[in-house]
Amino acid sequence: MTGLMVPVEDVRGLRKLADSTPPKHRPRAGTPLRRAGRVAGYAVLIIAALGLFTPFIWMVISSLKTSNEVFSVPVTWFPEIFVWNNYVEIWTKSDMLTWIRNTMFLSVVVTFLQVLTGSFAAYGFARIRFPGRDALFLVYIGTIAVPWQSYMIPQFILMSELKVSNTLWSIVLLQAFGAFGVFLMKQYYETIPEELSEAARLDGLSEYGIWRRIMLPLSVPALASLALLTFVNTWNDYLGPLIYLRDPNLWTVQLGLKSFVSNLFDTNYALLFAGLTISVIPIAIIFLVGQKYFVEGLATSGMKG
Amino acid sequence: MATTTATDVAGTDVAAGPSPSLRRRRSRLARRNALVGWSFILPNFVGFAALTLVPIVVLFYMSMTNWNVFGTANWVGLDNFQRLVGDGSFRIALFNTLYYSVLHIPLTFAVALGLALLLNSKLRGVAFFRTAAFFPYITSIVAIAIVWNLLFSPDYGPINEVLRAFGLENPPGWLTSSDWAMPAVVIVSTWRDMGYYMILFLAGLQTVPRELHEAARMDGANALQRFFNVTMPSLRPTTFFVTVMLTINSFKIFDLILVMTEGGPGQSTLVLSQFIYTKGFEESQFGYASAASVALFFLCITVTVAQFLANKRRSA
Repeated sequence: MTGLMVPVEDVRGLRKLADSTPPKHRPRAGTPLRRAGRVAGYAVLIIAALGLFTPFIWMVISSLKTSNEVFSVPVTWFPEIFVWNNYVEIWTKSDMLTWIRNTMFLSVVVTFLQVLTGSFAAYGFARIRFPGRDALFLVYIGTIAVPWQSYMIPQFILMSELKVSNTLWSIVLLQAFGAFGVFLMKQYYETIPEELSEAARLDGLSEYGIWRRIMLPLSVPALASLALLTFVNTWNDYLGPLIYLRDPNLWTVQLGLKSFVSNLFDTNYALLFAGLTISVIPIAIIFLVGQKYFVEGLATSGMKG
Repeated sequence: MATTTATDVAGTDVAAGPSPSLRRRRSRLARRNALVGWSFILPNFVGFAALTLVPIVVLFYMSMTNWNVFGTANWVGLDNFQRLVGDGSFRIALFNTLYYSVLHIPLTFAVALGLALLLNSKLRGVAFFRTAAFFPYITSIVAIAIVWNLLFSPDYGPINEVLRAFGLENPPGWLTSSDWAMPAVVIVSTWRDMGYYMILFLAGLQTVPRELHEAARMDGANALQRFFNVTMPSLRPTTFFVTVMLTINSFKIFDLILVMTEGGPGQSTLVLSQFIYTKGFEESQFGYASAASVALFFLCITVTVAQFLANKRRSA
């Protein structure tokens, strides 16, 4: 059953992955064959890197062109003048500010709730033995195999009945109680030695106290992984807002940008690219700051998306 | 399940012989444990149950009604499913979902594993590349889809311009061609997902015992033989996990397609999830859409269970 989770050894492998000290022995180029292999390796690496980043580079460069220049043939890779004004204009020509405010609100609230309830529930699953616990956890795991798309309709009906659809709270409810956080935290809690909480118990700490004073401080890396992944996930979500947020005042960045494409007849592509770049910047910053946690978190529970 | 479970909460009664009073204390302890345990799980479980479990159960009921926009629902039995079988659009959606999966799963698997093997070597720059490679995976689908759409534009897009520079007279029309739209979607989704699966493979590769490789090399095995006889068998748990996740994620493909093609041109990229979305949210045929959801549900569950059974048999 745990087969669906990443094997424990893999988690250890991940820890090793995340620490980026360079390998100590760099093999000296040996036989010609080996040297050829290394050259081929670098060639593949460079091609792969180009393939990975060209779309992003193109996006950023296009955001600094004039509207006509975006689709000029041949492609201009470096615009003669950088039109920084695109970034000014997008704020005035769209409701970017509203979109960002809504998205930020959702991402922060969802992340807070997910981290809180996820880590709390994970402690119950990892450290307290009671009848029905394993069966319940199995239900949690089982939902991995059930795509959200297959129950989005009854969920929508339910939310409409509760009168929360077409409010930001619908997205909070949708995202905040996922099984994702529970898995990730449970995985991590199980690597913390039992003796620590045992000692605390003998000192008279309650289970809640142990969670609060022992487990939370010790699981900061996992909490960081969970928080970053949830934040990014909520920031990027398109389908949830598409279904629930009809009122343009409630739109998120993703919905706004999509409407920008479909609504403007004379879509100013340079402006659009400026908007796209702005929407990716927060993710890029978070990514740069927390890359280590992303690597660990993504692979530990393989549940995003 | 590899849970390191708590010893008794009180920690005091490490008793040997059960006396009546002790037994009473134990049962009281068990009750207290259950109470404490549930209190931890409850805040999450309430949301999880209300928003995931209940909808899944309700789904099955809805699929047997003609639930519509007014919320009136009559029991219609299996009518919806009968209608599905005869519905041409549904069959196209099912076929396209499988077509997408057949292209996407092996391609992503191969690319991710290849990259992981490369990055597991001691080349310069791998540390940077390892993290950079999954940046596409965490950027928004909307941004990615729009950028690739424009990259793919047949007449002015950079991709076809490069192809023409390489001497291709008639480069494909990509998203404007019903033959090339799906391959284009697969290219983008593979580009987006490969970094994630690569990380999973890399993590698995760290656990392959070095001694095994050394021993195989001593025995004169070449790189290819070592890959198939040492690396792949040791990677088994990872490859299994990757295959399961890839399959589920392929079956539910939706948002990327919705932004890139909206199912077009014609119905050439219409997939199951979009069929459900259209019937449900655009045409308000909630009952009928639920029947299609049940189909998607069983497709995912059946294939996952089959993969589990196959994996169990192989490891037995």
